[in-house]
Amino acid sequence: MTFRKYLVLAGVTVFAAAGDSMLSHGMKQAGNVSLHHLQSLLLAVTNPWVALGILLLLAFFASYMNALSWADLTYVLPATSLGYVLLALVAKFALHEQVSPLRWLGIALISGGVSFVAGGPALTSHHEEPAKDILADSPTPSASSPNTAHAASVGVKR
Amino acid sequence: MRHVYTWSGILIVVIFSVIGDILMARAMKQVGDVHEWFRRSGLWTVVGRILSNSNFFLAVSAMAVAFFSLLFSLSWGDVSLVAPAAASLTFIGNAFAAKIFLHEKVDRRRWIAALLVAGGVALLAG
Repeated sequence: MTFRKYLVLAGVTVFAAAGDSMLSHGMKQAGNVSLHHLQSLLLAVTNPWVALGILLLLAFFASYMNALSWADLTYVLPATSLGYVLLALVAKFALHEQVSPLRWLGIALISGGVSFVAGGPALTSHHEEPAKDILADSPTPSASSPNTAHAASVGVKR
Repeated sequence: MRHVYTWSGILIVVIFSVIGDILMARAMKQVGDVHEWFRRSGLWTVVGRILSNSNFFLAVSAMAVAFFSLLFSLSWGDVSLVAPAAASLTFIGNAFAAKIFLHEKVDRRRWIAALLVAGGVALLAG
């Protein structure tokens, strides 16, 4: 894991949380959207908060795909959930909202789960060979007898 | 009856989210490490490799279906039930599916993490 890859994971977390909250803020300003008035959905996009939220969610998607190109799904997903923790902390310390004890427990559980995964290797699957022959443009099919020691060393190296 | 609608809505959201995530993970593994590709051949090679991958488009379609079923489920059930239930069940579903379809080595460490995160998300959004 390089510093740049940690930055990508941080991007996944921050962009998802910021995008979701801006979208929700903007949609509350834009009012109700029903299936019978789909044109109101187009109007909603002109709301600056909604537009900014969509941009941030696109950035989230780009960093999510980036992360999935070098890490397992079960490694990346807990990172996205850190966004919930971030939102609760912003609500508490920037917006001075009340955060109930049950929510603090939720924050603790998510943080614990993320630290569990972060300690292990990022990549354990066998969909590609290590970076040295990356230009050989043919994804190796996963072996029927996975060499786990090899996989773990690849994960650690990255 | 309303319960049945709500929970089948949640189930559909979870199934399509998991399909979307699994296909996207597979697509990006086929594309290869984008840092590596970017460094060697530039941005357009990365974009081209992604856009020529059929799993990528299947993944985006599945995610779109998941998104719209979430919107429908939200109109049937409470946000405080639908959103956290869908999010946390998706975590568990993804752990199973990643092990089966992506051959990821989901060891005890990752199982515990999936359960903790799913529980935490349910508590936070509840």
